[in-house]
Amino acid sequence: MGDKVIEIEGLKKSFGDNHVLKNINLELNRGKNIAVIGKSGIGKSVLTKCIVRLIQPDEGKVVVLGKEVPLLDIDELDQLRKRVGYLFQGGALYDSMTVRENLEFPIRRTQLSKQNAELKGLVEDALESVGLIDAIDKMPSELSGGMRKRVGLARTLILKPEIILYDEPTTGLDPVTSLGISELIMSVQEKLNNSSIIITHDIKCARITSNEIKLLKDGTFYASGTFEELKKSKEKEISAYFN
Amino acid sequence: MNRVPEFYKGIENFFVEVALIVRFTGLIFTNLFKPPFEHRELGRQLYHMGYKSVALIGITGFILGLVLTLQSRPVLVDFGAESMLPGMVTVSIFREIGPVITALLCAGKISSGIGAELGSMRVTEQIDAMEVSGTNPMSFVVATRVMATSIMVPLLAVFASTIAVVGSYVAVNMYSNMSWALYVSLSFDVVAFSDIVPSFLKSIVFGFFIGLIGCYKGYYAMSGTESVGRAANSAVVTASLVIFIIDLIAVQVIELVYP
Repeated sequence: MGDKVIEIEGLKKSFGDNHVLKNINLELNRGKNIAVIGKSGIGKSVLTKCIVRLIQPDEGKVVVLGKEVPLLDIDELDQLRKRVGYLFQGGALYDSMTVRENLEFPIRRTQLSKQNAELKGLVEDALESVGLIDAIDKMPSELSGGMRKRVGLARTLILKPEIILYDEPTTGLDPVTSLGISELIMSVQEKLNNSSIIITHDIKCARITSNEIKLLKDGTFYASGTFEELKKSKEKEISAYFN
Repeated sequence: MNRVPEFYKGIENFFVEVALIVRFTGLIFTNLFKPPFEHRELGRQLYHMGYKSVALIGITGFILGLVLTLQSRPVLVDFGAESMLPGMVTVSIFREIGPVITALLCAGKISSGIGAELGSMRVTEQIDAMEVSGTNPMSFVVATRVMATSIMVPLLAVFASTIAVVGSYVAVNMYSNMSWALYVSLSFDVVAFSDIVPSFLKSIVFGFFIGLIGCYKGYYAMSGTESVGRAANSAVVTASLVIFIIDLIAVQVIELVYP
C-alpha cells in the first residue's frame, strides 16, 4: 500500500442537466502515473479541474496531498496548488511575455526571496530539461504547438511539483513529437519522482507514461487496469481503444 | 406566451450580475495592497493606456473645443456677449464635456481592449494557468489594469480639456484677432476651484469603472472565441452606460457640495 497523493471518493459534477461525472473514485500513489482515457467531451478535463478546484465539485471527497480540496480557503488552496503542476492542452503560455518571463513568472509571484541569478539558473535548468534553451527569448507566438507544450511543461516543472496533471499532452501533435512528449513525461518523473494523472486520447502515450489506465464512460470509470490487461479485454467498449 | 417569468428572470439576472460585480470589486481592493506589487506590469499598462491614447484624445479634444466654440458663438454674438465665449467654453469643457468625452473614448478604446485581452486569456486558459500555479491573477492581471485606468483617465481628461481650450482659441481667431494671453485670461478668470477639482475626482471614478467593467467582462468570459468579441462589446456598452449614470450622480453631489 503506497503513500496516497490523490484520493477521490464519490465525485459528482453536473452542468445543468448534463451529469458529467456521476461517481468517480480514484487513488493515486506517490511515484505512480494514471492515464485517463475516454471519448471527447466525456468529462476527463473536468475531473482534473476538480482536483485543483478550477471547477468546484458538486459532491464527493477530493483529497490532494492530505488536504480536502473543496474545503480549503483561498490561501490554503494557493499553497496546495504550488505543489501541483498542471499542463494545459495548448500550453497556456502568457502571450505578452517571452519564454523566459513565462518561466520566471510563477517563481517571482510565489517565492519572493529568489535572487536574479538564482532565478536565471532555475529558468535555464527547466528549459534545458525540455530541450528548449535556445527559445529562451522567443515570444509564444513564435513557437510551434509541440514547443509551446514543452515550454508549458518547463513552466510547470519550475515549481518542482509533487503531482502533475497533464491535459491532453500529445493532442494535435505529429507522432514523432507525441513520442518525444511522452518520453519527456517519463524523464521528468524519473528526475522528480512525482506522480501524474495523464488525460489523453493517445493510447501510445498512455502505454508509455502510465502504470494504470482508467477508461471514463458515462460519468464513471468503466474499466481500470494496466495496458496489457485492458488490451486483452474482449469487451467491445474497451477493445475499441486498444486495436 | 407568458412573459412574466421571463421578466422576473431578467430582474434576477440583473441582481446576480450586480452582486458578482460587487464581489469582484471587493476582490480587487483585497488584492490591491497584497504583495508582491506588480510595478512593471502597472508601468506597462500605464504606457499602453495613456501614451498610446494621447493622439486620439488630443485630436478629439481639439475638434471638440473648436466645434463647441463655433456652435456657441452666433448665439452669444446675438446677445452682444461674445467676450464671454472663452470663459463659457472653458467652464463647459473642464466641468463636463472634457471628462465625459474622454471617459467615453476610453470606454471604447481601453475597456473594450481589456475585455478582449482578458477574454482571450480566459479562453486560452492563461488565467486558469495563473490560478493553478497559485500566482493569483486578480492581483497581476486585474488590479494593475484597474489601477492604471484610475490613474490615466483623469490625466487624459485634463489633457483633452487643455487641448480643447487650444481648439477653442483657434475657433475664436477665425472671426476675430485675439491674443493667446487675453484668451487665457478671459477663459480662466471665470474658472473656479469648484469647476476643476470635482471633475478631476469624477474622472478618477470614471477610470475606475472603465477598468473594472473591462476586467469583469473579460475575466468571466465563457469558453469559445465568440465570447471574446462579446466580452469586448459588452464592456463598451456597459462602461458607457455606467459613465452617464455616474455623471448624473456626480452632478447632483457636486451641486450639493458647491451650491
